[in-house]
Amino acid sequence: MLECKNLGIQFGGLKAVDSFNLNIEKGMLYGLIGPNGAGKTTVFNLLTGVYKPTTGTIRLDGKLINGKTPTQINNIGIARTFQNIRLFSNMSVLDNVKVALHEKVKYPLLASMTHMFGFNKKEKEMDELATDILKVFSLDDKSDTLSGNLPYGEQRKLEIARALATSPSLLLLDEPAAGMNPNETEELMETIRQIRDRYNLTILLIEHDMKLVAGICEKLSVLNFGTELASGTPSEVLNNPEVITAYLGE
Amino acid sequence: MKVNKKTIINIVIMLLAYALVFVLINSGVLSRQYKSLIVPICVNIMLAVSLNLVTGFLGELSLGHAGFMSIGAYSSALISIALSNTLPPALAFFIALLCGGILAAFFGFIIGVPVLRLRGDYLAIVTLAFGEIIKSIINYLKFTGGSKGLSKIPLYSDYRNFTVVFIITVITIVLISNLINSRDGRAIKSIRDNDIAAESIGINISKYKVSAFVIAAGFAGIAGALYAHNVGIIKPSIFDYNKSIEILVFVVLGGMGNIPGSIISAIILTLLPEFLRGADNLRMLLYAIVLIVMMIFNNSKFKSSLSLNKTFRKLGKEE
Amino acid sequence: MLINFIEQLINGLRTGSIYALIAIGYTMVYGIAKMINFAHGDIIMVGAYALYFSISVLGLPVPVALVITVIVCAVLGVVIEKVAYKPLRSAPPLAVLITAIGMSFFLQSASLLIFGSTPIPFQSVIPNVNISVGPVVISSITVVTLIVTAIAMILLTLFVNKTKMGSAMRAVSEDKGAAELMGINVNSTISLTFAIGSALAAVAGVLYICQYQSMKPTLGALPGIKAFVAAVLGGIGSIPGAMLGGILLGLIESVSKAYISTELADAIVFGVLIVVLLFRPSGLLGKKKIVKV
Repeated sequence: MLECKNLGIQFGGLKAVDSFNLNIEKGMLYGLIGPNGAGKTTVFNLLTGVYKPTTGTIRLDGKLINGKTPTQINNIGIARTFQNIRLFSNMSVLDNVKVALHEKVKYPLLASMTHMFGFNKKEKEMDELATDILKVFSLDDKSDTLSGNLPYGEQRKLEIARALATSPSLLLLDEPAAGMNPNETEELMETIRQIRDRYNLTILLIEHDMKLVAGICEKLSVLNFGTELASGTPSEVLNNPEVITAYLGE
Repeated sequence: MKVNKKTIINIVIMLLAYALVFVLINSGVLSRQYKSLIVPICVNIMLAVSLNLVTGFLGELSLGHAGFMSIGAYSSALISIALSNTLPPALAFFIALLCGGILAAFFGFIIGVPVLRLRGDYLAIVTLAFGEIIKSIINYLKFTGGSKGLSKIPLYSDYRNFTVVFIITVITIVLISNLINSRDGRAIKSIRDNDIAAESIGINISKYKVSAFVIAAGFAGIAGALYAHNVGIIKPSIFDYNKSIEILVFVVLGGMGNIPGSIISAIILTLLPEFLRGADNLRMLLYAIVLIVMMIFNNSKFKSSLSLNKTFRKLGKEE
Repeated sequence: MLINFIEQLINGLRTGSIYALIAIGYTMVYGIAKMINFAHGDIIMVGAYALYFSISVLGLPVPVALVITVIVCAVLGVVIEKVAYKPLRSAPPLAVLITAIGMSFFLQSASLLIFGSTPIPFQSVIPNVNISVGPVVISSITVVTLIVTAIAMILLTLFVNKTKMGSAMRAVSEDKGAAELMGINVNSTISLTFAIGSALAAVAGVLYICQYQSMKPTLGALPGIKAFVAAVLGGIGSIPGAMLGGILLGLIESVSKAYISTELADAIVFGVLIVVLLFRPSGLLGKKKIVKV
């Protein structure tokens, strides 16, 4: 469903990502790994339109999407989370999810300003949809908390919930388990698997910790210095001598 | 409108406020001086609430709000001067207000172009420049009366017509508060909190930024129109940079993103000069100190914006 | 006709060099503290009043009064930074901007309370004689303004590029964290920047007041904002940009006043700002920035 060919971007003279290829099939849980500064987040930024690629193409279900804005790309069906959490921290947990239902449940500006013309019905619909998603992450009892006041782990979960609310077909998770303890990580990985099945998602996730991804992903790509080092099933990749060198050094 | 406890409390507060002012006007307790402040208070409330939409909820500093106000004031004044002999006052006033609001909203749309391309400091400066450009053009044009201004504007929004002004003010507050707590309002707040994340969930940032400016400008225009028909004489120098800052002070003191706060601080700061009679210079100094102290004092808890916030939240409806 | 045009250009050059002196302060502070110091324009006003106070009230000789003026402004700049901006270094930009606006308002209203709103006439400290160069008449004040500005700019350029403190300033504006790790005292570098910027504003204030010979508390506001326009025009953060921007803006203003309309001159200047920001937000000599996600 997602196909990148010869993807590359330059900042000044620096090639942050170079001739990167990626092919993800529908329903797959795909891992993108690599050492710090390998260009993983840059790949996400390219896929979501934050950066415009200097070379190459990105196709979602066969349709070319590079050159589109982040807003358009989300509307097409790619949602993401961020490595450095970007919640709407002065808004409640519920509102963080409701704002992401923006395209799904609509009513006109006139209804917004008057709170009439079907406003209550639509808002109720939004509340229900949002609560359903929050339940998946056990956040439904914190609906009214300001999202900025949540503990770190729950902020990460809320970000995934918010991304899910936009009904994506492809979900990009940028280090979803960063800063979590082993128990929390395990639990989160389980939730990720669950939401994939429940919402018919394809998931691409960035992780640092190779063992962790190996347990959950069906396929991996390893990025180093902006280029692909290896790709394949976890066992193929983890036994690849080049990958081992890149991670452990000489 | 959802009928719940909060709505009922708000309606009660509004009715009480109306009754209070009504009694004060008609019982003769108020001197002329104070009576003449009633409409300006409403005007300032409308200005503060509409600026709060841009500054408190969208998160962009606008230093040209007085510019939008002046467009509403001038256009409505010109219209009602032209119509005063042909149409009944109520109709003429209505048309003037509507046109004032629409024209100001249109200028809000024009400023939308820079709004989309700039943010933060640069946008603030551009709004300032925009306000100054409007002022110099009004100063330059013949039909606006140049620097001498326009006079003999029919006094449709005199304190004797307080009811009309009050209703318009309440409508403004209700519409903007409703907007904040709606699908579109959430989109606007999400841009303030994190524009990159807002884009990532498919929010059309451009549309909402421009909408917020257009709506705020429209209400500022109506406020300007009420002002013009209250004082009867307007000059370009009234709508200068200092007026924009004064509106900003209302918003900052009341709490950014806090509508009851804006209302209360607009009331207090409009009345204050009357208590500080003869010390108008002191008022400006006070504004300056309010801005600095509020920002430094609340830096650590900027997100809840201002300490007064919490107190104000208990007093009225949330946001 | 041609002579008139040349005289207008020289006028523009004079106003422009005052703008340039002020614009340098904006641009240096922006480069190092990433904020628009709204109060910067009002430092000019403080400079003008300090000069007036030293000469007319204290009766000091002119050279002493000039030194005092520069010192007062430099110290004021540093104090403003310490009191109002330093506590907000990690605050959202909106908070810093509002504080800066508050500071500008504070200086204006404080001097309004002290000196009143009636303009105070002030005799130029530069003897005013007209110098004829062929058919073109130039006032001595203009000549002095141009010379002083040129000297100030040369000294500043040498300071920033050739001294250790200058390179510390450049380092801090490039990357605060890295500069700190290299052992540069960031706080004192920022203070120094404010001091230099404000001292230049004092010089601009003196030149300005010699030209207009009348003082009121809001005298710094408009030249301040215009100098900011100049800094943006030249590319904010760039010192040569501020010089170029200031002079260009002075020329634009002077030519618009002479050939289009006095009332619209300000609107034209602000129009220039909007156009520059829309089409070349990094200014003439500025660098482009990449937003990191």
